[in-house]
Amino acid sequence: MFKILQKTQFSEKVFKFRIEAPEMAKHAHAGQFLMVRANECGERVPFTFADWNAEEGWVEFIFMVVGKTTTLLSSYQEGDAILDVTGPLGQPTEMGEGKWIVIGGGVGLAIAFPVARQLVATGHEVHAIMGARTKDLLLLEEQFRSILDDDHIHITTDDGSYGEKGVVTIPEERILSAGEADHVFCVGPVPMMKFATLTAEKYNTPIIASLNPIMVDGTGMCGCCRVEIDGQTKFACVDGPDFDATKVDWNDLRARQAAYLTEEGQSLKAYEEATCACQR
Amino acid sequence: MPEVNGRWVANMDLPRTPDNEEPAAERACDFRPVDKGFTEEMAVAEASRCMRCKKPLCVEGCPVNIDIPTFITHIYEREFGKALDTIRESSMLPAICGRVCPQENQCEGKCVRGRKGEPVAIGQLERFLGDQPELASKPAVKPANGKKVAVIGSGPSGIACAGELARNGFDVTVFEAFFTGGGVLVYGIPEFRLPKAVVKREIDGLRDLGVKFEFNSVMGRLADAEELLGEKGFDALYVATGAGLPKFLNIPGENLPNVFFANEYLTRVNLMKANEFPEYDTPTKHGKNVVVFGGGNVAMDAVRTAKRLGAEHAIIAYRRTEDEMPCRKAELHHAKAEGVEVLPLVAPLEFFKGEDGNVAGVRVQHCELGEPDDSGRRRPVPIEGAIEEIPCDVAISAIGTNANPFAKLIGGMELNKWGYIEADEDGRTSNPKIWAGGDIVTGAATVILAMGAGKKAAASITAALS
Ligand SMILES: Cc1cc2nc3c(=O)[nH]c(=O)nc-3n(C[C@H](O)[C@H](O)[C@H](O)COP(=O)(O)OP(=O)(O)OC[C@H]3O[C@@H](n4cnc5c(N)ncnc54)[C@H](O)[C@@H]3O)c2cc1C
Ligand SMILES: Cc1cc2nc3c(=O)[nH]c(=O)nc-3n(C[C@H](O)[C@H](O)[C@H](O)COP(=O)(O)OP(=O)(O)OC[C@H]3O[C@@H](n4cnc5c(N)ncnc54)[C@H](O)[C@@H]3O)c2cc1C
Ligand code: SF4
Ligand code: SF4
Ligand code: FES
Repeated sequence: MFKILQKTQFSEKVFKFRIEAPEMAKHAHAGQFLMVRANECGERVPFTFADWNAEEGWVEFIFMVVGKTTTLLSSYQEGDAILDVTGPLGQPTEMGEGKWIVIGGGVGLAIAFPVARQLVATGHEVHAIMGARTKDLLLLEEQFRSILDDDHIHITTDDGSYGEKGVVTIPEERILSAGEADHVFCVGPVPMMKFATLTAEKYNTPIIASLNPIMVDGTGMCGCCRVEIDGQTKFACVDGPDFDATKVDWNDLRARQAAYLTEEGQSLKAYEEATCACQR
Repeated sequence: MPEVNGRWVANMDLPRTPDNEEPAAERACDFRPVDKGFTEEMAVAEASRCMRCKKPLCVEGCPVNIDIPTFITHIYEREFGKALDTIRESSMLPAICGRVCPQENQCEGKCVRGRKGEPVAIGQLERFLGDQPELASKPAVKPANGKKVAVIGSGPSGIACAGELARNGFDVTVFEAFFTGGGVLVYGIPEFRLPKAVVKREIDGLRDLGVKFEFNSVMGRLADAEELLGEKGFDALYVATGAGLPKFLNIPGENLPNVFFANEYLTRVNLMKANEFPEYDTPTKHGKNVVVFGGGNVAMDAVRTAKRLGAEHAIIAYRRTEDEMPCRKAELHHAKAEGVEVLPLVAPLEFFKGEDGNVAGVRVQHCELGEPDDSGRRRPVPIEGAIEEIPCDVAISAIGTNANPFAKLIGGMELNKWGYIEADEDGRTSNPKIWAGGDIVTGAATVILAMGAGKKAAASITAALS
C-alpha cells in the first residue's frame, strides 16, 4: 500500500499526489515514470514523476482526469492508500548541453514541467511553451512561473482565450529562428508533437518527444507499448519513453493510442453507475 | 494380483487411465480448469500399471530425476505422504509440474511401458500428490544462520530457490516487479490449465517459511546488484528474471491495433482479469476471427483463451505441421477438442488493415516440408504463388522471447551477446556473489528446468556461504 501524503488540486480536472515511497524516491530521475494500480480491480496506468525527495521519502505525480482510473484516483483523499505503485520505469531524459525549448500541450504539461525544472536546476537556459485548447485547460502556469521568468514563458491557446492565439509552433519557430535554442523537448497530443517536430527539423535542431502509448506491464514483457522509430519497433517502457522525434511514426502511435476508446468509454460509464465490484 | 510370490508384477492389461476432463463444449465457454485430476481410486489403479523397472528410464527422462518408481509404489500402497516426500526430494513444485511438464518428451516419453502401449500417467500421479500438500511431512528448517540472500523474480526458478534457502536457514527476500508472485505461472499460463490458487498456495507456503516478498520492485531500476550487495547488506543474489521481451515476426503491419504479442494478450486476461471487464478495469479485444502464429505452449494458451473470449474461428497458424509443434501434445489435443482450427504450413507475410484502421486480415504464404534443417526437423519451403488472405479481427504472435533488458541494468555479472546471463551448472555467474537461473540463463524453456536451476543454485549458495 502506498499512502497519499498530500493531495493538491490545480484545476477542476488536474491533481497532484504526493505518495510515500522511500525507495522509489531514492532512485527516480526526470523523464521516468511510475505505474499505479489503484485497487484490486484496477488497470495499471503510467504517470511521469513530477517531483521526488529522497530525504523525506516521497514521490509526486500530476494527473488529469480523463477516464475511469483518473476519475477514481481523483476521489482519493490524503491519508488514503493506493494499492500498488511500481517504479521508477523507463529511461531518464538525456539533458544535452545548451539552451532548451520545452513544449507541453494539454496534459503533456504535467510531463513537461519536471523536465523543465530539472533543466533549470542543472543550469540550462529554458524556454517553456505551454499550449492548451482554451484558457481553462492550461495546466501548471503558476509552477512554470515559479521556475522561469516571463520572457521564457510562452503561452498559446487554440481559441485565443489566453496568451497568443494559435498553436505551439508559433513561439517555437520564433525562438528557433532567433537561434535561441539547441534542443527541443515536446510532449502532448500527437498532432502537436508532429508539427513541433517539423518545425524543429526546419531549423536543424534536435528534438525529443516523450511518447505515451498504452502500457500494461511497463517492463518490456508484453509489447503493448510498442512504437515505430525509424522503421524499427521499440518498446516505450524500456527503450523510452523519450525518442528522437524526427524518427517517430506518428500515425502508428495515434492508432495504437486510440485502440481502446470504446472500452474506455464503457469503463467510465460503468464506474459512474458505480458498479465496480471492489468499490472502496 | 500384482504381487506374485513376493515379486511385483504390474497390471499389464489395464489401459492407461484417461484424464479426468471437463466436457470440451462446456469448458470452452469459461475459464474453469480443463482437467479435474485423478481421484484416489484412479491414482491407485494407474499406479498398478508401473513395472517398477530396475533401470527406470522414466527417471532419466525427468530433468530433475524424481524417483518415479518409488513414489508410484507408495501411491499403490496408499502411502500418499511418503509418496509426496519422495517427490519433494527432487521437485519443489509437483502440483505445478504435474500439470504443465511436457511429459511426453520427458518422463512419460521414456517410460518403458510406452514402447508397446501407453506410458504410465506419471504427470497425473504427481499432480494428484501435489494437490494434497498437507500430506507431506513438514520439512526440517535449519536454524537461522544470519546470512541474507536476495532473489530477483518470483517465477518458478525464484520461488524454488527461495524455498530451499529458507529451509537452509537463510534470511530470504524475493523482489518481484509485478504486484503478485508466480511469474509466467500467473501472467502467462491460463487459469484453465493452472489454477492461480495452486500458485498462491506455493507462495503462501514460502511466506510461512519466513520468506519476505517485496512486490512492485523492479530491480535494476529500484536497486542494482551493487546496492543490494553493498548498502542493502545481502550476502548473495539469485537472479531469475525470466526471458521476457517478445520476438517480432518482422513483417509489415505488425504494429496495427489488435495485433498482439501473446504475452500482452495473456497478461490482460490472466493477471488483469480482462475477461471480467468492466468489473475489472483492464479491457481486451474479443475477436470473432482470431489467428495465432506459433506452435508452442504459448500459442496454444493464446488460441484457447481467444476461444473462451468468444471467437467463432480461433486458428493456430504454424509454419510446419502438427507433428513438429513444440507444444505439449495434451494442449493441442485439448485445443482441437474445444474447436480450435489448425492451419499448418503457413508463414505470415503481412497484416493489413480495414477501414477502421485495425487489423482486418493477414496474408500468408503456404509452404511444404523440404529437407531437414540443423534442428533435424524438415524445413518449410514456400510453394510458389500459394498466397492466401485470411480475415481476422485479432492476430496474435507467439513465436518466442528474447532476453529481458533488466539483467543488464541489475549489472555486476557477465551476459552473453544476446543479453542472457552466463552461468554454470550450479548457477554461478562471473560474480562470486551472484547466481542466476531459469529462462534468463537458458532462454525460454520449461517450468521444471527453471525450478531445478533454482534448487541447484540454492545448494551452491548454501555451500558457498557456510
Ligand atoms: C509514459 C507515460 C507517462 C504518462 N504521464 C502522465 C502524467 O504525468 N500525467 C497524466 O495525467 N497522464 C500521464 N500519462 C497518461 C495516463 O497514463 C493516462 O491519462 C491514463 O492512463 C488514463 O487512464 P484512465 O483510465 O483515466 O482513462 P482511459 O479512459 O482509460 O483512457 C484515456 C486515454 O489514456 C490513454 N490510456 C489509457 N490506458 C492507458 C494505459 N494503461 N497506459 C497508458 N495510457 C493509457 C489512452 O490513450 C486513452 O485513450 C502518461 C502516459 C504514459 C505512457
Ligand atoms: C504462456 C506460456 C505458457 C507456458 N507453458 C508452459 C508449459 O506448459 N510447461 C512448461 O514447462 N513451461 C511452460 N512455459 C515456460 C515456463 O513458464 C518458463 O520456462 C518458466 O516460467 C521460467 O521461469 P523463470 O522463473 O525463469 O521466469 P518467469 O516465470 O518468467 O519469472 C520471472 C519473474 O521475474 C520478474 N522480473 C523480471 N524482471 C524483474 C526485475 N528487474 N526485478 C524484479 N522482478 C523481475 C517477472 O515479473 C517474473 O515474475 C510457458 C510459458 C509461457 C509464457
Ligand atoms: S517433474 Fe515433470 S518430467 Fe519430472 S516426473 Fe514430474 S512431470 Fe515428469
Ligand atoms: S519406466 Fe515406466 S514402468 Fe518403468 S518405472 Fe518408470 S514409470 Fe514405471
Ligand atoms: S508496457 Fe509492456 S512492454 Fe512496455
